[in-house]
Amino acid sequence: MATNTGEVMLEMRNITKRFPGVLANDSVNFDVRAGEVHTLLGENGAGKSTLMKVLFGLYQPEEGEILLNGTPTKITSPTHAINQRIGMIHQHFMLVPTLTVAENVALGLKSGRRPLTDLKAVARGIADISDEYGLAVDPNVDIWRLSVGERQRVEIIKALYRKAELLVLDEPTAVLTPQEVDELFAILRDMRNSGKGLVFISHKLHEVMALSDRITVLRNGKVTGATTPAESDRSKLASMMVGREVKLAPDKPLVEIGKPRLTISNLSVDGDRGAVAVDGVDLEIRAGEILGIAGVSGNGQRELAEAIAGLRSVKSGSTISIDGKDVAGMDTRDRRNAGLSYVPEERMRDGAIGDFTVAENLILVDHGSDEFSARGMFKFAEIETHCSQLVSDYAVKTPSLETPTSSLSGGNIQKIILARELANEPSVMIASQPTRGVDIGAAEYIHSRLVDARDRGMATMVISEDLDEVLGLADRIAVLCDGKVMDIVPVEGATKEQLGLLMAGVKS
Amino acid sequence: MQRLFGAAVPLLAALVAFACGAIMLVAVGADPVEGLRALVDQAVGSGPRIATTLVRATPLLLVGAGITIAFRASVVNIGGEGQIVAGALLSTIVAIQLPNLPGILLVPLVLIAGALGGAVWGAIPGALKAYASVNEILSTIMLNLVAVQFMNFLLRGWLIDPLEVERGTRIPQTARLSENATLPALIPGSRLHLGVLVAVLAAIGAYVLLWRTPLGFRLRAVGHSPEAAKAAGIPVKKSIVTALALSGSLSGLAGAILVFGSESVRMVTDGSAAGFTGSAGFNGIVAALFGGLHPLWTIPSSFLFGGLLTGATGLQRALQVPAALAVALNGIVVIFVVSSAKVRTRLDQLANARSEMKEVLKDA
Ligand SMILES: Nc1ncnc2c1ncn2[C@@H]1O[C@H](COP(=O)(O)OP(=O)(O)O)[C@@H](O)[C@H]1O
Ligand SMILES: [Mg+2]
Repeated sequence: MATNTGEVMLEMRNITKRFPGVLANDSVNFDVRAGEVHTLLGENGAGKSTLMKVLFGLYQPEEGEILLNGTPTKITSPTHAINQRIGMIHQHFMLVPTLTVAENVALGLKSGRRPLTDLKAVARGIADISDEYGLAVDPNVDIWRLSVGERQRVEIIKALYRKAELLVLDEPTAVLTPQEVDELFAILRDMRNSGKGLVFISHKLHEVMALSDRITVLRNGKVTGATTPAESDRSKLASMMVGREVKLAPDKPLVEIGKPRLTISNLSVDGDRGAVAVDGVDLEIRAGEILGIAGVSGNGQRELAEAIAGLRSVKSGSTISIDGKDVAGMDTRDRRNAGLSYVPEERMRDGAIGDFTVAENLILVDHGSDEFSARGMFKFAEIETHCSQLVSDYAVKTPSLETPTSSLSGGNIQKIILARELANEPSVMIASQPTRGVDIGAAEYIHSRLVDARDRGMATMVISEDLDEVLGLADRIAVLCDGKVMDIVPVEGATKEQLGLLMAGVKS
Repeated sequence: MQRLFGAAVPLLAALVAFACGAIMLVAVGADPVEGLRALVDQAVGSGPRIATTLVRATPLLLVGAGITIAFRASVVNIGGEGQIVAGALLSTIVAIQLPNLPGILLVPLVLIAGALGGAVWGAIPGALKAYASVNEILSTIMLNLVAVQFMNFLLRGWLIDPLEVERGTRIPQTARLSENATLPALIPGSRLHLGVLVAVLAAIGAYVLLWRTPLGFRLRAVGHSPEAAKAAGIPVKKSIVTALALSGSLSGLAGAILVFGSESVRMVTDGSAAGFTGSAGFNGIVAALFGGLHPLWTIPSSFLFGGLLTGATGLQRALQVPAALAVALNGIVVIFVVSSAKVRTRLDQLANARSEMKEVLKDA
């Protein structure tokens, strides 16, 4: 918690902003003090970005006023906002890829050696800022060579170089890996401790709980709650976001555990770069059971899933069997016929085809079955009935079955994939990161569907980096570290601390 | 609405190309209006001329429809020339071997043989790509050369007309093939033969295949996202081979139609590929691009190009301009069509899917 929380830097009063047909901000109040992280939390479309664009002078509000350090100010343009010491890291970066870091930082600034830019001075300034906040970036490297995380750091440096005191970060973690998120949070905490005011925008509850000093929740353009991590918890935040009670952990009835459906023994798999990624793993999942796989990403989870799905070759000596049938030598098609189903981690690359329609993605696996075709021709009437049924069963929000899938939200695309993968009552399901980047409402739905299928006797493997998800869904939890199973523990009595140690490779 | 607009773009491109053509005509001192009149008159000025145009367009349409199939699976087939030759050779051999079979059997048989020959010639680069990661753009072009040499070898040796040997002229051509294999005329006394109808049906068939059958669904899935297709259990490698084989089969069909729809009813070459195919294997690609890589739009587009090709001779005769001008005009149309935004996005999508495909083919 911040200790040196100072005076109010920003106050936004009764801000109302309309777009044709949408009330994006409805009389919103929001303020930021020096030395704090104030989080704006809300589902996609809640109005978070709009509020911050009003602050940054990109939109003029219909109603309301903005006070900067107590003075009412009409912010007319981004330049004006920057002069008022406001910095903004947009959801989409605004850097010129072919210019260097220093050139990007200098872009649009007056230099001491007009009309020439003094890049040396800029580089020195960048080095100072880098040192102060641990933002390691080489000023002379071209932007296109940088990773997403590094580009984000350049954006932050750019804002700090312009002497920003109030910094807005619009969903900065959306594009980052978990490790990069940790690094970013460390930087943000440093900045907060040095007295800057930060606005952090997110819809990920665990991040919000970890970083915020205060939290304001937006829903449909209105403030629906103002709280702090100490006074709140994930499920309270979730209900404020969604507007109803949300079950973050699904109800799991006790079911009888049946016979083994997925048996893996001595499974070893190479990673993309040749090194061993999965190292002699033994696992068994029985009917009616969900096995959670926890682990820091990059410890063999992806390779494990792909090997079971038949998308990656296994080393000799490995066995995989489904319902007692050895499938290790089969291709993906035959494994699916043997009862396997698979929700891949990379939804838009492996799970669905963006250019295909909703209906086409719903039959991507079963398009060749007798149900949907006869004598080599599609039976469109049957396909439509089947797909409309799935769309309504899984509450997929889509204008029509013919809508291109890429135009839907991540949550709806994931529902389509899940609907497709569960349609055949599979015996075994491998679900990788089933709710990553998905709205809370959709995540809740996906969880309840997975539990329903488990209750009907499916053996499920849920691979997730989100420990809360694993703890909420799984019956047993296997922790992967460095391609090996560290331990398998029952969910009763398992704690995050215990799992965290196992994930780090420490065996008790 | 969007479809209409999609059609308007290439048409606009064609108009601009014609404007450029007119400027070229003026530059060589000819009257462009007179030129256009001569071109149109030659292409569609009378019944027989329309028939000639349609017959000329037939191989373009078949090759073009084949290109659209390959393209939807993100496979590029530049092997139309070779596949035409392969189809022609196989159908010729069948006709030579079974000269006495009645037409009702022999005609379908030679068409099937043509399709089969083209399919095999397409499947080879398909298999090379799928199982050995050989770029099909290169391998299809190479196989064009191989097919031509093979054709020359056969037409100078085993298949040569015995009369040519007797006379010592040794023109590389087969003997007149069985009359039974001649493609029947659609209108008695006209040059318009069954092949034209077959080509139109084949283009419609390509459309039905791609959007109405599970097989076409798989090809399109692989074409859009080999990764997602693979994860869904769709065999990516097999689909690549299938796409090229199907694409080749339509070109092979064109080869059979070129032989059995010709007035000489024999296979003849001047030793080059174009000597037999009339470059249909390449012009068909242009027709497909002009049709937005959609099999149905390829039908009017091919007829347009057929008209342009036959019309060019009229233009040449009326204005006494070099034949190269017609070729240049053709080239200008291609440039404008390919640079039109719609075709560009299609080609970009293709490039994306192809790089993904490379990854998929690399591992396992
Ligand atoms: N420029 C715009 N024109 C029209 N509608 C917009 C515009 N920007 C945002 N909206 C709408 O305003 C609402 C809030 O959007 P936004 O502020 O981007 O939400 P968030 O950032 O919380 O996801 C959404 O319904 C969105 O569709
Ligand atoms: Mg936003």
